Amino acid sequence: MTGTILFEAMIFLAGAVVCVPLAKRFGLSSVLGYLLAGILIGPYLLGFVGEEGDDILHFAEFGVVMMLFLIGLEIEPANFWKMRRIILGMGGTQVLLTMLLSFLVGIGLGLDWKVSLTISMAVALSSTAITLQTIKEKGHFDTTYGVSSFSILLFQDIVVILMLGSLPLLTNHQGHSEGDGHGEKLNMLENLPLGLQTLAIVVSVVLIVLLGRYLIVPMLRGVATTGVRELLTASALLIVIGISVLMELVGLSPALGAFLGGVVLANSEFKHELESTLAPFKDLLLGLFFMAVGASINFVVIQQNPWGIVGLVVAVILLKALVLWLVGALFKLKLDQRLLLTVGLAQVGEFAFVLLSFAFQLAIVDQQQLDILLLITALTMTLTPILGLVNERLLLPRVGTVESIKRPIDHIAKTSKVVLIGFGHFGSTVGRFLRAHGVEPTILDYDSNRVDLLRQMGFEVYYGDATRMDLLESAGIAEANMVIITVGSPDTTMTLVKMIKKKYPDIQFMVRAKNRYDAYDLINTGIQNVYRSSLDTSVKLASDVLSKMGFRKYTLQWQARNFIKMDEESLRELAEKPKIDEDYIFEARRMIREQERLLEEDLNRGVLVFDNHWDSEQMRAAHKNDTEMGRGHKPQ
Amino acid sequence: MKNVLILFAHPRHEASRVNQALLESVRDLPGVTIHDLYEKYPDFFIDVPAEKALLDQHDTIVWQHPFYWYSCPPLLKQWIDLVLEFGWAYGPGGHALQGKQCLNAITTGGSLAMYCAQGSNVYSVNDFLRPFEQTAAICGMEYLPPFAVMGTHKLEVNDLKREVALYAEAIQLLQQSPSIETDEGCAFLTDIPALKNKI
Repeated sequence: MTGTILFEAMIFLAGAVVCVPLAKRFGLSSVLGYLLAGILIGPYLLGFVGEEGDDILHFAEFGVVMMLFLIGLEIEPANFWKMRRIILGMGGTQVLLTMLLSFLVGIGLGLDWKVSLTISMAVALSSTAITLQTIKEKGHFDTTYGVSSFSILLFQDIVVILMLGSLPLLTNHQGHSEGDGHGEKLNMLENLPLGLQTLAIVVSVVLIVLLGRYLIVPMLRGVATTGVRELLTASALLIVIGISVLMELVGLSPALGAFLGGVVLANSEFKHELESTLAPFKDLLLGLFFMAVGASINFVVIQQNPWGIVGLVVAVILLKALVLWLVGALFKLKLDQRLLLTVGLAQVGEFAFVLLSFAFQLAIVDQQQLDILLLITALTMTLTPILGLVNERLLLPRVGTVESIKRPIDHIAKTSKVVLIGFGHFGSTVGRFLRAHGVEPTILDYDSNRVDLLRQMGFEVYYGDATRMDLLESAGIAEANMVIITVGSPDTTMTLVKMIKKKYPDIQFMVRAKNRYDAYDLINTGIQNVYRSSLDTSVKLASDVLSKMGFRKYTLQWQARNFIKMDEESLRELAEKPKIDEDYIFEARRMIREQERLLEEDLNRGVLVFDNHWDSEQMRAAHKNDTEMGRGHKPQ
Repeated sequence: MKNVLILFAHPRHEASRVNQALLESVRDLPGVTIHDLYEKYPDFFIDVPAEKALLDQHDTIVWQHPFYWYSCPPLLKQWIDLVLEFGWAYGPGGHALQGKQCLNAITTGGSLAMYCAQGSNVYSVNDFLRPFEQTAAICGMEYLPPFAVMGTHKLEVNDLKREVALYAEAIQLLQQSPSIETDEGCAFLTDIPALKNKI
């Protein structure tokens, strides 16, 4: 039975289904669960999967490509452009410093300079898969360390192309030209002069941007009109695979290409469909990837020289950590953010597999070196989540921003306790206004810079991930009458609402919704007090526009109230309807359909007619009819 | 028993002393609805249909408010302007309020002595309340003499207690009597014979 694809699929899936929930149960990240599952089913423990681990690894790398595509989707081009300084600065410093140090270490160990250089390249790269997956799982993308990690990884993705391109220069002879064959064989530009290669790269990037705008979006629109659900899945996969093939063709990293493709599509109306369609594929493939990494740990090599390997692993991690720490210091990251960055990126990443295998093909490194290096890569990747855990549980609470500080209750009898989750732009305004009334909410936030500031201002602040029940409880959710949720991510909001509601059904919720659709979901979960960020401000802006055009302000204010009232009513009405008759495969279509309904409603109502108050027309009309009555007018 | 609707208008209810006490004294009476206008319509965006429905359900309307600048706080005026619609409360076909009773329940800082020809306010409270009286009249309502707590700045705790008890008494009396006998000498609700005996 072993060897058939179905059997392997069964083993991998079973490994995941058993190990990941176990890991989660013990409060570990899912990444670690996958890695352990891989070790378990790998050739050295249960032996369910054998040497084919390498192929699986290559296949599973596609999960990383998808992840970067999805990340790209969330970054709008303008924001990406704004990050260029950090990407170049932090990424450049990290890669150069790490390469320099590991090159020197290699020379010191008596290795050939070419081997040292190759190894230094591999060591400089960190694991996009592990790091970003962890950050994403914790929802820490908008923290300083999240952005820094992302920037460094992105730079590495770009620089890996140069590395792969320069490897052939390090070899003088033909090498093991028939290696196990990675994508580079496809590379048709390899033999072109450097100038043309650069040109080809630029052309392909431009091509992606143009394709995204003028081919993919129209294609998706076409698919949308067919209303066949699986076609959307097919096109989403086609986009990502297509980009990857194109990238490999010109020798660029598929991950980088996918990221660019994502950025290009970030502004399109299909953003959400693409996200929700690809997310399960990405998660599964990434899981597969982590398991493959676990399975590829070569225990035979460890047995041969256990202490040597341990020493090397520790050395690599320390070296990478040192550089990251310095980069963090250079870019003025706070102590705890710097620790998170350091621990998060201190591993050799998946690109090392590609790079080292390629170097082996070119006969720059020999079989033994390759084995050891691949082992170190897999081990450092496996250790990352464990070190992250140690960092989170043991180190972080001691340095920088602690989870909570005890503060004497110096305020007048807190009759009602309010917990405010999220202190971003929205939440801070809420908190300030509450405070202006002497109401001191207990605040939860995960940005340590903000947390420190708030603590200086005397707020009671808890630092950490609000979806952790224990943190919520130490913040006193059990005694709270009200919880205000202002976090930006609708998913987090929903998780929080469900989690808190389940355990504390009596608590009152005041929840921010990003838009109509989030509001529907919240209302259907039984939340009454839903505040859409996209309502009052928009109406106010429109009122001001009308005011500048000459409409009277009081009339506008009245009409604005009217408009908001009607909109709230229709919101509640539409939310109650069970998701309308049609099955909306395409969120975008549903949105357009609903906009249509709303506009239609407005149209049927006609231009908002001011109520008859303060209007004597009616009375004048009546007056004409019975002038003799003399009573038909408002006494004015 | 008649249903009484107390339309209460005070922009700083939490800081008021007398009005709070008055309101509390009638809050739990059966058949009495307290409608806190400033709480309900902080932005003056009055829901006219809802207000009309509320009026329909009650027989006696009490405008309870502090006496600001010889009149009511602006939200109550807004209420009158918006709710008492032409063609509904008055004018052709405007009979919705016909036959209901109506009065003001006010608190004044100045004492009774100040509200007379010799006093600094020159005119009596009843004179100042003429617009309300006429508003009620044009809507076909029976306008009753006002209930007034006067000289609130100097009101002692015991006096306040007495006034508050009197208010509850007066409201209950309004609920029970089919009609209130007034005579020319009744400047205030407390002057009507049935209540005067209680003082």
